[in-house]
Amino acid sequence: MIGKRVLGIFGALSAIAALGVASSASAQPVIGIPHEWQMDFPASYTPLMAKVAELHDILLVIITVISVFVLFLLLYAMWRFHASRNATATVTTHNTFLEIAWTIIPILILVVIAIPSFRLLYYGDKITDAAFTIKVTGHQWYWSYAYPDQGNFTVESRILSEADRVKMKPNQPRMLAVDEEMVIPKGANIRIIGTAADSMHGWTVPGFGIKKTVIPGRLNEGWINVRDEGYYFGQCSQICGNMHSYMPIAVRVVSQAEFDKWVEQKKKSAGLLPATDVASATTPANR
Amino acid sequence: MATAHGATHDHSHDDHHTPTGWRRFVYSTNHKDIGTMYLVFAIFAALIGAGFSVIMRLELMSPGVQFFNGPDGTPNGHLWNTVVTAHGLIMVFFVVMPALIGGFGNWFVPLMIGAPDMAFPRMNNISFWLLPPAFILLLMSALIGGGVGTGWTIYPPLTIQQGAGMDLAIFSLHIAGASSILGAINFITTILNMRAPGMTLHRMPLFAWSILVTAFLLLLALPVLAGAITMLLTDRNFGTHFFDPAGGGDPTLFLHLFWFFGHPEVYIMILPAFGIVSHIISTFSKKPIFGYLGMAYAMVAIGVVGFVVWAHHMYTVGMDVDTRAYFVAATMVIAVPTGVKIFSWIATMWGGSIRLEVPMLWAIGFIFLFTVGGVTGVVLANAGVDYALHNTYYVIAHFHYVLSLGAVFGMFAGFYYWFGKMCGRQYPEWAGQVHFWTTFIGVNLTFFPMHFSGLAGMPRHYVDYPDAMSHWNYVSSMGAFLSFGSTIFWLIFVVFGTLMYGRKVGANYWGEGATTLEWTVDSPPPFHTFEELPHISPTAHH
Repeated sequence: MIGKRVLGIFGALSAIAALGVASSASAQPVIGIPHEWQMDFPASYTPLMAKVAELHDILLVIITVISVFVLFLLLYAMWRFHASRNATATVTTHNTFLEIAWTIIPILILVVIAIPSFRLLYYGDKITDAAFTIKVTGHQWYWSYAYPDQGNFTVESRILSEADRVKMKPNQPRMLAVDEEMVIPKGANIRIIGTAADSMHGWTVPGFGIKKTVIPGRLNEGWINVRDEGYYFGQCSQICGNMHSYMPIAVRVVSQAEFDKWVEQKKKSAGLLPATDVASATTPANR
Repeated sequence: MATAHGATHDHSHDDHHTPTGWRRFVYSTNHKDIGTMYLVFAIFAALIGAGFSVIMRLELMSPGVQFFNGPDGTPNGHLWNTVVTAHGLIMVFFVVMPALIGGFGNWFVPLMIGAPDMAFPRMNNISFWLLPPAFILLLMSALIGGGVGTGWTIYPPLTIQQGAGMDLAIFSLHIAGASSILGAINFITTILNMRAPGMTLHRMPLFAWSILVTAFLLLLALPVLAGAITMLLTDRNFGTHFFDPAGGGDPTLFLHLFWFFGHPEVYIMILPAFGIVSHIISTFSKKPIFGYLGMAYAMVAIGVVGFVVWAHHMYTVGMDVDTRAYFVAATMVIAVPTGVKIFSWIATMWGGSIRLEVPMLWAIGFIFLFTVGGVTGVVLANAGVDYALHNTYYVIAHFHYVLSLGAVFGMFAGFYYWFGKMCGRQYPEWAGQVHFWTTFIGVNLTFFPMHFSGLAGMPRHYVDYPDAMSHWNYVSSMGAFLSFGSTIFWLIFVVFGTLMYGRKVGANYWGEGATTLEWTVDSPPPFHTFEELPHISPTAHH
């Protein structure tokens, strides 16, 4: 709150600073966006998504084979046993072997699916050696990102109006570009703690393999580790009222050095602490 | 009781009094008239619900906001959410359930089990007549207090924030729920007590089995919904905090209660279609159903397991990981009895003498499309993968494949199978074929591309989308318009065309393969049937 007020006082100043960030921001490529005629998952930007996509690839093969098999049996039966070819129907209504087979074989297929599925579930659940934590809060209708391990400043992330997007971030897609992204260093395990202020919201980025329904009064934990620098976009994934379609999630992944610089800048503009007090801010006691 | 009724033919002239005019319907205690009213009601509601979906597809046909702009030109997302919510609630509570359970259930359960009527004919009347006020309340909820823009799952806290329309929607669900509970009691009592002599449960037609299982699901699931929405009501109006963390409550509690109802609800919608499809496959293959007992108990198993998988709708809300693992396992188990049904239907066709008439086309279409919807369900069952797909269009595609293409195909299959029985006139074959193929192409065009949109990350409940997603959305919209056109064609050429010009048919117009009791009575059946109870011989097949 205080940070906000300070921002208000130095409105002009911070606007200039924001422009500075925006111009330097164009250093990162726009990666995590949907593509025309896209038919599959986006590329995997995190190790978690790589495993999600891996399991999905297995599942896709299995379900395609099953669907085609059923379709083939239906078409064959329609042709082979059509009344014009088969005037007299049999009276077979039981075949113990078949009935056992089509009970046991699906069970075996499900077991084959279940083993990697459980492995993925537990792998994606939480991380024990996170570099730091970001607290994501869903609001009607914007996101805020608190960085408790960096002195607990908060970034508010709102969709850019179409006019502003064209002016400030023309290379980013309509509906996805925001004024301030959640910024993270590349290649670091980052714990995401999600909650909501008013209604439920859904925090997700396709290609990250994470989706957290954030709920007032509850904390919901997950983790990401993004390999490459760039801009990545998601959209609120839990209906939350009037502007549900207009609260995108934008993540800017930068180098560690650039991240440290960004943190310094945020702390300064939030009026959190003088530059000399950086060390104490990163100790766990201040979280 | 049933036997006594059949024996006292002489002095029961009051029973033969056939009321006419509006009294015949408003005061009706006749299962056939009530079934007809349910069907007419469902068709009426379906046109409104489908109209909403056409509006949605018009809006989503191209990027940007075309129709849902407020007076100031900014997008009116709430109005969009209201339309989406109305579409969902209408289709679930006022189309699929009334048509499959109220309509076909009322018409054919008594006929199939050889009962003169339902066990509680007057309760049957109130079951139906609770629906129109519930429907009116629901429509009003979209117009009053800004409408209900919450999605059909009505999660708090969003539902707490809604205007007065929300209370109307809650009352609507209360009334529709009461209607369904009364109907369920009626079906259970009828099926357990009024089967014709000799018809043991294990000789009962599969449609009656499907309605029996459905009725138990309704009886156990709907009171939970009623409790949940009552708590919602008191949270909204009387200062309770069941779902408000500020007062010690928890929104997640509502999710658990809702899905404890909601998951059985999806089986409530599909099980009667299972029953209908079984009869049609058997009739048009001229073969008794393959693995009858397995088919019956597969439905029972689906019903039982359906009660212990609800939290797979909530993998992303932050449940304990071991809990999620349990729900993954339990959910996948459902695939086994479902697989038994799919393969038993194919085995019924195998070695048969198959006629590809319109009901059979719908039934075979059902089997394939339900399989497609079923296997994407297996994908979604895996919590790890679900994180990438939850609340995307992949989920929309999945549940429309099992409901819009499953339950609705079951409804049309049943319609073409039984319409001649109900009205005494047969539909023109060409019109049925045109209707089937246009709908088949239309719905697949509509819903298959949604898998792609979902994999690309398009979230549901969105009035607009990034421009790159426009292509598959355009294809979906074209499919939706074709499907809607096909439905209008059906209404004009099949429904009205048949009622006015259809060829008159006899008791059993499908011939040899149609073996259940409804084919032993005239088409249309007399006002009262089975005054002399039929006897089922131990050798009769199902």
